[in-house]
Amino acid sequence: MFGKLTINAIPWDQPIPLIAGAVVGLTLLAVFIWVVIKGHLPYLWRAWITSVDHKRIGVMYVLLGLVMLLRGFIDAVMMRSQQALAYRAPGYLPPHHYDQIFSAHGTIMIFFAAMPIMIGLMNFAVPLQLGVRDVAFPTLNSTSFWLTATGALLVNISLVVGEFAQTGWLPYPPLSELPYSPGVGVDYYLWALLISGAGTLMTGINFVTTILKMRAPGMRYMRMSMFCWTALASNLLIVAAFPILTATLIMLVLDRYLGFHFFGNEGGGNMALFINLIWAWGHPEVYILVLPAFGIFSEVISTFSGKPLFGYRSMVIATLGICLISFIVWLHHFFTMGAGSDVNAVFGIATSVIGLVTGVKIFNWLFTMYGGRIRFKTPMLWSLGFLVTFVIGGMTGMLLAVPPADFELHNSLFLVAHFHNVIISGVVFAGFAGVVYWFPKAFGFRLHEGWGKAVFWCTLVGFCVTFFPLYVAGLLGMTRRLQHYDVAEWRPWVLAAAVGVAISGVGMLCQIVQLVVSIRDRVALRDETGDPWDGRSLEWATASPPPAFNFAFLPDVKGEEPYWAMKQRAIETQHLAAAGEYQAITMPKNSATGFMTAFFATVTGFGLTWHIWWMVGAGLVLAYAGFVWFAWRDEDEYAIPASEVQRIDGERRRAREEWLARNANVSEAA
Amino acid sequence: MTATETLTLPGAPRVQAGADAPGHGEGGPASKRVIVGYGFWIFLLSDIIMFSAFFAAHAVLQNATDGGPSGGDLFNSRNVAIETACLLFSSFTCGLSAVGAGARRMIWTQAALFVTGLLGLAFLLLEAHEFTTMIAAGAGPRRSAFLSSFFALVGCHGAHVSVGLLWLGTMMAQLVIKGFRSDIERRLLCFNLFWHMLDIVWVAIFTLVYLVGGAR
Amino acid sequence: MIQPQFLAVAPLTAKAKTSLFALDPALGVLDPQGPVAAGNSQILLNALAIMLMIVVPTLLATLAFAWWFRASNKRAIYRPEWAYSGRLELIVWGIPLLVILFLSGVTWIGSHDLDPARPLAEEAKPVEIQVVSLDWKWLFIYPDEGVASVNEIALPTDRPAHFSLTSATVMNMFFVPQLGSMIATMNGMATQLNLKADRPGNYHGQSAQFSGAGFSDMHFVLRALAPDSFTQWTAEARKSRLALDESEYLALARARATSPTLFYGSIDRALFERIAARRLTSEAGPISAPARTME
Repeated sequence: MFGKLTINAIPWDQPIPLIAGAVVGLTLLAVFIWVVIKGHLPYLWRAWITSVDHKRIGVMYVLLGLVMLLRGFIDAVMMRSQQALAYRAPGYLPPHHYDQIFSAHGTIMIFFAAMPIMIGLMNFAVPLQLGVRDVAFPTLNSTSFWLTATGALLVNISLVVGEFAQTGWLPYPPLSELPYSPGVGVDYYLWALLISGAGTLMTGINFVTTILKMRAPGMRYMRMSMFCWTALASNLLIVAAFPILTATLIMLVLDRYLGFHFFGNEGGGNMALFINLIWAWGHPEVYILVLPAFGIFSEVISTFSGKPLFGYRSMVIATLGICLISFIVWLHHFFTMGAGSDVNAVFGIATSVIGLVTGVKIFNWLFTMYGGRIRFKTPMLWSLGFLVTFVIGGMTGMLLAVPPADFELHNSLFLVAHFHNVIISGVVFAGFAGVVYWFPKAFGFRLHEGWGKAVFWCTLVGFCVTFFPLYVAGLLGMTRRLQHYDVAEWRPWVLAAAVGVAISGVGMLCQIVQLVVSIRDRVALRDETGDPWDGRSLEWATASPPPAFNFAFLPDVKGEEPYWAMKQRAIETQHLAAAGEYQAITMPKNSATGFMTAFFATVTGFGLTWHIWWMVGAGLVLAYAGFVWFAWRDEDEYAIPASEVQRIDGERRRAREEWLARNANVSEAA
Repeated sequence: MTATETLTLPGAPRVQAGADAPGHGEGGPASKRVIVGYGFWIFLLSDIIMFSAFFAAHAVLQNATDGGPSGGDLFNSRNVAIETACLLFSSFTCGLSAVGAGARRMIWTQAALFVTGLLGLAFLLLEAHEFTTMIAAGAGPRRSAFLSSFFALVGCHGAHVSVGLLWLGTMMAQLVIKGFRSDIERRLLCFNLFWHMLDIVWVAIFTLVYLVGGAR
Repeated sequence: MIQPQFLAVAPLTAKAKTSLFALDPALGVLDPQGPVAAGNSQILLNALAIMLMIVVPTLLATLAFAWWFRASNKRAIYRPEWAYSGRLELIVWGIPLLVILFLSGVTWIGSHDLDPARPLAEEAKPVEIQVVSLDWKWLFIYPDEGVASVNEIALPTDRPAHFSLTSATVMNMFFVPQLGSMIATMNGMATQLNLKADRPGNYHGQSAQFSGAGFSDMHFVLRALAPDSFTQWTAEARKSRLALDESEYLALARARATSPTLFYGSIDRALFERIAARRLTSEAGPISAPARTME
């Protein structure tokens, strides 16, 4: 009746997941009850859950990502503390538990923290920067988000019902095949990623179409913001790489569920096939993460230096170069699998070429700062933190790209330090910079600057103290994923890393304090005009938060940095450009499709994991039915009357005119 | 500098002599039909990449027969030829339905879609027969890695055809109830693209898996 | 249930504790003890030096620009229109290009010279060692000497060693950091590795590919011995009454636990080939308790 599911799937004998699960579950229940009692549920349903507005979806993505970042961070704390305690001792996490934690840590951080944060920021900012009203397929966008949330939900359910994979974040066979992973852990992993991967692919299709086919009049490609270019490159990579992930995970599903022999030890299976395919996806994946991050830094550095981005053309070429080359370097993830010296050397050289194009970007950022007037607001601090630490991570990557060096350092803590270095300095710092940068646009008030700086310094120092010792431990020969060890030389470095994670923990606490304080002081921190940072791109032309339709009139773009040009003209002429004749604007209607599809996907995924076949059938049928119901609707748009558009836009114009009047004697021009 | 130079136009894309068309360069956003078609093309390209991964696996596992039967031992060329004919002809009838939809002829369109569906169903039945025969003869996907990759690749194509038939049925119903509305037309366009893509993938399977692989 | 032979009385030479001899300090690639490790280490340091030539000035420039061009510095010249310079582009693309050209040369030559499968440029006949990674222990077979061991290898310092490696179960990675390159062990395949120890010492060895619950216990000792000591070591091993035949191997494989150090006085010379060709397989049994606890 319930497949493999029994009451013993709940870890009654393991206090840590049991208590963690109970705390989280009760908290969620309490929040839900409070929401219902206060009558917020209709608002939540109407304004957020069924919203197809890219701005709302972007906020939800970022929220999901930040919550999962916290969950992944707690896993990291457990890993570091276990290793700190487990010198010639068993520590407090037995292998069965520890192995799930490091697998969950990697899976959650990449798929449910980093991806959602980057995708969320792209969702929020790209249509605004392109000067259009929404993405190409708004309902598909909502579906993408909810499917990603489904994946996150399944991974978190595995904490309390059953177990998670004990294979690492990439489930290499034969370890991930049934004989060596007979439990439901790998199955949870597979269905969570297949479902959220479908959502991500939809995002890729959506954004490629939006960026290539929907831009404001006059915005030719070389007038797009750098963030839009990197978003384009990242989404092209998603479209090209995620299908490979889907296919490979399906092959593993077929092995585990139907007894196929793709990768196992029997029947002629080939484990190296899995490793090649998964990294053919895996390497583009890290560029999917880091390219939008680079875009964010381009925006932030140019805004807070008061200068246009240096070498725009060069940056575009470098971005597209990274996009292409990222497909021909995948073997550097397994130089030690014995492919032979010719193959190893070719891939090593290709990897160095990516170092070249990335280096070009770093120099262009430096020259953007050169000759600027740099304001050290929180987003700029994150950018400087990135510039200083990312070059080290990039350097260690170039070292690992040389096969003989990799023969000593593969899978060591040196490797772990390298990829955390580039991902944290690159993606996480960019995520925090982007959140602080666009927060006022999304919510109408800025985040508290003082606490923002506290977050930055604690996180930067914590990162350095955690990972630089791990570089050393790796050089001393310590391999990754050890639940305990007995080599004395490694001990001091492992202890130092544990101290580092504690400092990072303080940074995490500061994040929460920053949010609470900012909400409390939101009136004082209000963004009156919609342009709190003296911005240069089109999103700063709108009010904070922007209306549903973004722009009353699609901007007519005449050059790079269109908003900066508009602003300078307004300052010179001391008045705004005249508004034209307001027209009614049609916008897409809300839809429950995304949420319902994801709900049934969760049911289906859970049923597949536990072999509850009737649940799988019901989930699929109901998902299809829901989809047909959506496809049957006759009205998918609604009109905002011209008078309403005029009223909303009028408020924005009044705020801007007041700002102009107040700053009449201040010259911003060079 | 006069105000009109900086005047921003209302939402409609501007059209001037020598200016770019909507959806290109400086022409502003493209029309809905173009956007839907373009997006669906991108999806199809991603689907082809997914098939490529299965093709790659099949290429690697071609000879991993574990002492069991290989392609040459198993493939029935007559069966495959009929399947191919069904699918290719169904692409033709699908094209006919597109012509019918363009001419707003309901009976014509529905008839062509119906025949397309029948041919697709015939393809699936033949394929199911092939699979069951192979499994009964001990040459199922559990026999060897080669057979696993064969069943997965051809099965993936078959799954796409099945989903296509489900889509086809739904579209035929929508056409009857809602007529040739613009969003229905866009969906028919997407269905056409999908069905033709499946044909192209089948040609690749037919060539690489059955012809080349069957020669071993 | 039949008790596997090796869990019975372990003869005198089966030293259950590796702490009878001390391990040399585990300093990894920073303290190479053989030509392969030395080659890898040298390349690593060379590449590091090359990269530092770019990275250090970049870091300094970052801090310098950020400091000098801070908004409060009235002495800095504000150039709000300066967004392009052809000359700078040339340098910005050119210097990294030269660096990666150089690095590519290092990569090409190094990858070929230090290919694990490439025999070392030594005239002495290498010691042949066949390696099988199991859950969660290492089996080492010496086909020429006719002995085998679990979790302890010995190498003479006057000859190179040639390893053929495979896995009975999941993927592992044979790695002795101070002697040199790691190489994967995979079921159904045999990988090759060539190493040599320069001087006597006892080195930490481990698996560098996560392989399950007992992974952390999968370390072993590599003893580099002077030629006479090596002869003595093999002689001692030959005295063991344990024999590595098919049933003994299967018992070893089926017990999914770590193992004390063991020696086999006689071996089946065709065993490795059958394992590597998947003609001798063992199903994964249930995980058993470790045969030894932490030292």
